[in-house]
Amino acid sequence: MAELPVNPRQGRLEGRLSAMAFTFMATVPAVSYAAVEKGELVVRIERDHLLHFFELLRDHPSYRFEQLMDLCGVDFPERPQRFEVVYNLLSVTHNHRIRVIVQTDEVTPVPSVHHLWPCATWWERECYDLFGVVFSGQPDMRRILTDNGFEGHPLRKDFPLTGYEQVRYDVERRQVVKEPVSLTQDFRDFDFVSPWEGMLTLPGDEKAHEVRQGMKRSG
Amino acid sequence: MTELKNTFIETADTVLRQDVPESLVPEKVAEEEPRKVVEIDSHALNFGPQHPSAHGVLRLVLEMEGEVVARAVPHIGLLHRGTEKLIEYKTYQKALPYFDRLDYVSPMCEEQAFALATEKLLGIDIPERAKWLRVMFAEITRVLNHILNLTAMGLDCGAVTPALWGYEEREKLLEFYEAASGARFHANYFRPGGVARDVPAGLEDKIGAWAKEFPKWIDELEGLLTENRIWKQRTVGIGVFTTEQALAWGFSGPCLRASGVPWDLRRNQPYDNYHKVEFNVPVARQGDCYDRYLVRVAEMRESVKIIEQCLSQIRPGDVKVQDPKFSPPPRAEMKRSMEALIHHFKLFSEGYHVPPGATYTAVESPKGEFGVYLVADGSNRPYRCKIRPTGFAHLQAIDELSRRGMLADMVAIIGSLDLVFGEVDR
Repeated sequence: MAELPVNPRQGRLEGRLSAMAFTFMATVPAVSYAAVEKGELVVRIERDHLLHFFELLRDHPSYRFEQLMDLCGVDFPERPQRFEVVYNLLSVTHNHRIRVIVQTDEVTPVPSVHHLWPCATWWERECYDLFGVVFSGQPDMRRILTDNGFEGHPLRKDFPLTGYEQVRYDVERRQVVKEPVSLTQDFRDFDFVSPWEGMLTLPGDEKAHEVRQGMKRSG
Repeated sequence: MTELKNTFIETADTVLRQDVPESLVPEKVAEEEPRKVVEIDSHALNFGPQHPSAHGVLRLVLEMEGEVVARAVPHIGLLHRGTEKLIEYKTYQKALPYFDRLDYVSPMCEEQAFALATEKLLGIDIPERAKWLRVMFAEITRVLNHILNLTAMGLDCGAVTPALWGYEEREKLLEFYEAASGARFHANYFRPGGVARDVPAGLEDKIGAWAKEFPKWIDELEGLLTENRIWKQRTVGIGVFTTEQALAWGFSGPCLRASGVPWDLRRNQPYDNYHKVEFNVPVARQGDCYDRYLVRVAEMRESVKIIEQCLSQIRPGDVKVQDPKFSPPPRAEMKRSMEALIHHFKLFSEGYHVPPGATYTAVESPKGEFGVYLVADGSNRPYRCKIRPTGFAHLQAIDELSRRGMLADMVAIIGSLDLVFGEVDR
């Protein structure tokens, strides 16, 4: 069999994606960043102009992103706007993908896109459930994956891996009871920051390190 | 008679369906007797989570009008295990086995998505033999998945024999799994940087022999179902989804192809060695349950073709990246070489650090597009690993798919969507 070239459309695709990135930067003022990263088109946009941009992406004949494949949140607690909401769109007509990212915090809602792509409802519910991101205009803002009566948003970075409650069936009371979580062994989270790669103070060794530094300064 | 029937329909408060069969029409509507008004309350019906044809732990609240489904509300999350959160606390290598447990019917394809995403962030290219092994086992996985799905769908619709035959075929394939990875289901075989180990001697011949035999089994399966009158009555024209609907609801894989979109990631956005094999992408037009069945049957035949091409093109060689930072050293070397021992220890305790970046990498899993959105922050653990399950989007559309259908159609629709709750609930 004839050997086909490696990913024949890769080069052309990257060119087309960079052209799109350039067009977005030049023509859509709300776009704050557009570039091709690792062969994937990434666009960051202001929250308020999201819907217009998505309408453009879906309906413009040269973009035609018919499918919303994925919507998810990412939590960066150290940022003032801690959440990123990431939309992954796919065009089966032109065979390209785009990743649109908006930022938000715990209280500011992101406009819902469920009227553009009906499948967005469950993705938005999931994002709300796991991160607590609110979507405005979404009529069905319920939890989806977690248990009934669950509190908190488990995928936030400040939510512990073990959670707060554990559930078991109580034979005597004949019902499911919730209790505060108790671990037979402390949760082990190892620190892999290498002391040989730019870290001067070893964990637990801060005092000695300070003394040494102080001695050096006085001496 | 016809007059009576019409009066019946006009006088009833709720009309079930316009075509009430003759047998249901009361023989006489007595003029002298007070007229009876048939009232049918719309009521809710719980389908699952223990229903045998709910394919796991689907809880479906059906609002019924008689036997017609007015609204179907799926409740999911009963199998939610917090996979994404757990992965954030594991090294990349230790995160991989979680993917087997997502869609436990097609484990290796899920591993492939994560392995490809990690390799993309690491910027490594895997050896040719590893690519062929991945393609081959991904196709074996596809056949495994489709056998289970088609036969289980048959079982839901009352055909017991395909399931019995199918399990025998699956057992042969699971032996290949076991020979390659050591496990029948939770393989942990595709790793970032290649595959876990080379296949044992003779396995390729066994797979080749199976690939020759298997099309006959597909013929037998088709003999049972494809032209079967009951099967067609249960599936043709049931759960129809148009192209526009399928696109808007985020369908992918066989469900999208059954609605007339010739879209296959293996063809359109090839990964590993899919650009070096030739295969057809089966497409159907009606978008009903029967078409989804036909597409899957045709895909099994294409998978066999791909497996045969893999076997003819695969050559001996390395099966993982020859970089001790990513692949563990051979056992024998560890006994002699200090450096190999250190690498082994570091790899299995600390793992490798992945440079900062993000990628959305999708593969054509047997159910459709299975994607991984992986965010790395330069540490040895994923900062965020979003898993894009296929069934999530399909299940969401079930209300639209089953609207004004009968209760019995619901079972056929669920079967044709190929739902696995390990993946939907994560």
